[in-house]
Amino acid sequence: MRLELKDLTKHFESTLVLDRINLDIREREFVGLLGPSGSGKTTLLRILAGLEFPDSGQVLIDERDALALPFEQRQIGFVFQHYALFNHMSVFENIAFGLKVRARRKRPSRREIEERVRRLLRLVQLKELENRFPMQLSGGQRQRVALARALAIDPKVLLLDEPFGALDAKVRVELRRSLRDIHDATGLTTVFVTHDQEEALDLADRVAVMNHGRIEQIGTPSEIYEEPQTPFVFDFLGRTNSFDCMIENGHVRLGDKVLAVEPGTPDGPAVAFVRPHDIVLLPVAKPQPTEDAMLPGTAVVRFISALGQRAAVELLYERKLVQVESSREKVAELGLHVGDRCTISLRLPRIYAKAHAERSAGAERPQRLRLRVRRRSRAA
Amino acid sequence: MAVHALWQRSVIPGFGLTLGITLSYLGLIVIIPLCVMFFKAADAGWAKFLAELTSPRTLAAFRVSFGIAFLAAFINAIFGFIVAWVIVRYDFPGRRFVDSLIDLPFALPTAVAGIALTSLYSVHGWLGAPLAAIGITAAFTPLGILIALVFVGLPFVVRTVEPVLLDFDRELEESAAMLGASRTSILFRVVFPPLLPALMTGFTLAFARAIGEYGSVIFIAGNIPGYSEIVPLLIVIKLEQFDYAGATVIATMMLVASFILLLAINLLQAWTRRRQGG
Amino acid sequence: MVDLAPPADLVADDSARRIASPLPLTESFATRVALILVALFFLMVFLILPLVVVFAEALRQGIGAYGAALIEPNAVAAIELTLLTALIVVPLNAAFGIAAAWAITKFNFPGKNLLITLIDLPFSVSPVIGGMVFVLLFGAQGLFGPLLTAHGIKIVFAIPGIVIATLFVTLPFVARELIPLMQKQGTQQEEAALMLGASGWQTLWRVTLPNIKWSLLYGILLCNGRAIGEFGAVAVVSGHIIGLTNTMPLQVEVLYNDYAFAAAFAVASLLTLMALATLALKTWLEWRAGTPVARTRL
Repeated sequence: MRLELKDLTKHFESTLVLDRINLDIREREFVGLLGPSGSGKTTLLRILAGLEFPDSGQVLIDERDALALPFEQRQIGFVFQHYALFNHMSVFENIAFGLKVRARRKRPSRREIEERVRRLLRLVQLKELENRFPMQLSGGQRQRVALARALAIDPKVLLLDEPFGALDAKVRVELRRSLRDIHDATGLTTVFVTHDQEEALDLADRVAVMNHGRIEQIGTPSEIYEEPQTPFVFDFLGRTNSFDCMIENGHVRLGDKVLAVEPGTPDGPAVAFVRPHDIVLLPVAKPQPTEDAMLPGTAVVRFISALGQRAAVELLYERKLVQVESSREKVAELGLHVGDRCTISLRLPRIYAKAHAERSAGAERPQRLRLRVRRRSRAA
Repeated sequence: MAVHALWQRSVIPGFGLTLGITLSYLGLIVIIPLCVMFFKAADAGWAKFLAELTSPRTLAAFRVSFGIAFLAAFINAIFGFIVAWVIVRYDFPGRRFVDSLIDLPFALPTAVAGIALTSLYSVHGWLGAPLAAIGITAAFTPLGILIALVFVGLPFVVRTVEPVLLDFDRELEESAAMLGASRTSILFRVVFPPLLPALMTGFTLAFARAIGEYGSVIFIAGNIPGYSEIVPLLIVIKLEQFDYAGATVIATMMLVASFILLLAINLLQAWTRRRQGG
Repeated sequence: MVDLAPPADLVADDSARRIASPLPLTESFATRVALILVALFFLMVFLILPLVVVFAEALRQGIGAYGAALIEPNAVAAIELTLLTALIVVPLNAAFGIAAAWAITKFNFPGKNLLITLIDLPFSVSPVIGGMVFVLLFGAQGLFGPLLTAHGIKIVFAIPGIVIATLFVTLPFVARELIPLMQKQGTQQEEAALMLGASGWQTLWRVTLPNIKWSLLYGILLCNGRAIGEFGAVAVVSGHIIGLTNTMPLQVEVLYNDYAFAAAFAVASLLTLMALATLALKTWLEWRAGTPVARTRL
C-alpha cells in the first residue's frame, strides 16, 4: 500500500505541531520517523492512522483520500506505545477481537478465527500463553500480543508508536529482530516512530528525521548518517563536537586546510561538526601534516576513560570541551595523561552556516563541565 | 493564521449522542426546575424579599440551621480526625468492622436516623435518661439538632482525611525524629499541617450537608419557631401554606448563603494549600 | 593523623541504649489507648447505639407484632412503592451516568468543568429544595398546574412526582463514580478497539464497560441506597397519602407521628437492614476492585 502525505499541517491549541509535511512511503517499505519528543512524529503517525485529523493537507492511501475513509476501510494495524491491550480479555481474545467485531457477513467462522489467532501466536512466538491475561505478561510479551492483534485484521499498513520504548535493552534488541523478520515475511508497508536513533538506523529502509514539526531529512540509514544535511540531523544521530569557523567565498579555513563548502551555503560565521571518532590526536611537538585539518594550538587533556580497546578522552580546546574516541594504543603511544597537551586534527568535518545551526538546534546545548577527581590514567 | 477550533474533531464516536443525552437529561431534571425556582423568587418582588429577609422567624431559622450546622461540622472535624487517625494508624480488634461502619450515616435513610436518635435521647431513652438525670434535655431542643447533625456529617471528615493519612509519607516523621523533635512537636509541626486542607474539605462537606439536612432533624428538633426550627422545615411549612413566593425566597436565600460560605471556605483552603505548597 | 576514636564519655553504654526510648515515631501507649477509646466511644454513641435502638424498639412488642407491622397493607404498599421507585430511578440514572461520563472523559470541549459542577448540583442542594422545585413546576398552583389538571394528569401528590423528585436527588451518584475513573483510564483502549474495526457500541460494550465494572456497580449501589432512603424531597412532593403515595421512609414518619412507635420502627428496621446490606456490598466491592473505591467526596 502506498502512502502519500501532502502539505500536512496541524496545530494543537496555539502550537504548530506539523508544518507542511510531505512524505511518500512506498509499498513494502519499512520507514522510521525519528526525532526528539515534541517533533510531531507521533502526531504524524496518528494522522496516518486516522486517530487525528490535520488542519490542512492530504493523506492518500493508494491514491484515495484517506481522511474520508472509515476505519474498516483503511485496514491499518496500529500498535500503541503502551500497547492498549484489553486487560479483561485473554491473549487469545485480544488477538481475535478485530475478527469478532466484524459485521456478520464479513466475519470468519469460529474455526477460522481460532486458526488465524493460533497462526499469529506462532508468528510472535507466544503459543503457550494464549489463555493468559495481559496483567500476567512481561512487557516484551505484551508488545508481541499487541503486534499480533494488529496483524489479525490483515492490514495493508502497520503503524507502530515507539514500539520498544518501554522495554529493557536486551528485550529491545530481540524484538527488533522479530519485527524485521515479520516485516520481511508479511511484506507489509510499515511505519514506526522512535526517538532512539540506533533503533531507527538499525531497522528502517528509510528514516525521516523530524524536528519541530518538519522533516529535516529523509534517506537510507547510511545516507543520513554519513551525509547529514542539517546540523540537527548530525547532532541527533550521534555525539557532536563543534568548532567555529568562517565561510569566505564558498571556502572555509579549518586549521591548516581550506575546505570547499556545499554550494549554496552562505558566507559568514559557520560551525564545523565532527564525530568523536573522527578527531585524531597528535603529539604536541611539530606533528607531521596529514590529510586531516589540523587545528592550531594545543588541547589539554581533562579526562581519560579507557574501556577495553577504546579510550574516551575529554579535552579542553580554546575553552570548549572536545570529546574524542580513540584507542588505548594510541593514547599509550602518545603517552597522554590528564593535564598533558596534544594537537588535534579533524577528519570528515561537516560545515554548516551558523544561522542554520542555531535555528535548527534551538538552544545550543550547554557544555557541561564535569567535576572529576584528577587521577592518573592507567594508559601508561 | 486560521482560528483554531475550540473543539478538536475526535475519532471516538458518540459525542453528539452522549452530550445531547447529558444536557437534555440534566436540563430537564435539574437546570430547568432550579431556574423556575429562581424566577419565582425573583418574581416575588423586592418587597416580599425584604419582608422575608427581615422576618424574625426566618432569621431565627437561619441562625439555627447555619449556626448549629457549623458547630456540628466542627465537632465532626475534631472527632472525625481522631477516628480517622485511629483507624489508619493503630490496630485494634474490630478495626475493619468499625471502618466499614463509618458510612452508616450515609447509607441509612434520614427518617430512620431521625426516629432512632429521638428515641435514644428522649427523656426515657437510653442516653436521654442519664442526661436528664444531670439536668440536660436533648430531645426537642437545639441540642437534639446538634446531635442529629453530628450524626449526619460523621462520615465526611473521616472519609476525606483517611486517604491523605494513608498516603502520608512516614519519612517526614522519621526525619523530624532524627533531627531531635519530640512526638508532640512532630505531630503538630510535621504531620498535622499537610492534613489541614483535607480536614477543611471534610469540614466543608459536613457543613454543607448539615445546612440542608431535613429528615434526621425534624423528629428530634422540636420545631419550635424562633427556637428550634430549621430552614428546610420553614420552606416545607411555607409550601404547605401555598406561600410559594415565600418558600422560593427562603430557598434562594439559603442557596446564596451556602454558596458564599462554601466559597469563603474554599478560598481559605486554597490559601492554606498554597502556603504549604500543595 | 587525627585520633578518630570517640571520647569515652560519649560512647553509649549498650545497656543504657536499650532502656532509653527509641525514636518518637509513634505516640505513647497511653496516648494511643486513650485515643482509641475516645474514637470508639464517639462511634458507639453516634453509630452503634442508634443502630441498636432501631431493632430494640421494633421488637419491643414482640416478634409477632413486628411481623404484623410488616405485612400490614399500608406497609406493603409503601415497600412496593419504594422498590418501584428504585427500579425506575436507578437504571435511568445509571444510563445518564454512563452517557455523561463518556461525553466528559472521551472528548475535549469548553465548559466541561461547568458541566461537572452542574451534575453535582443535586448533591449540594437541600433535598427539600429538590422536592420543592417540582411542586413549583407541577403543583396545582405551579407552572404547569392548570395544564395538568385540565388533562387529569397528576404528578405532584402522585407516584410520578415521587419518581421525578428521587431522580433529581440521586442523579449525580453514578456519574460521580465513573468520571474520575474514566478520566484516569483515558481513551487508548477505545482507540485500539476502533482501529481494529469495532463500532462505537461494540467498543462501549466490549471494552469500556468491563473496564469500569466495579465503579459502575458501586455507583449503582449508592444510587439505589439513596433512592430507597430519600425522605426530604419525597416528603414535599408526595402529599403523604397513605397507602398510595407513601414510600417506606414516609410511612415511617406517618406511623411515628401517630405514636405507632413499634410499627414505625419495624418498617425502619427493614430500611436499616437494607442499609447494612448496602454497606456490606460496598465493602465487598472495594475488596473486589482491589483499591478503596470509596470517594473522598461523599
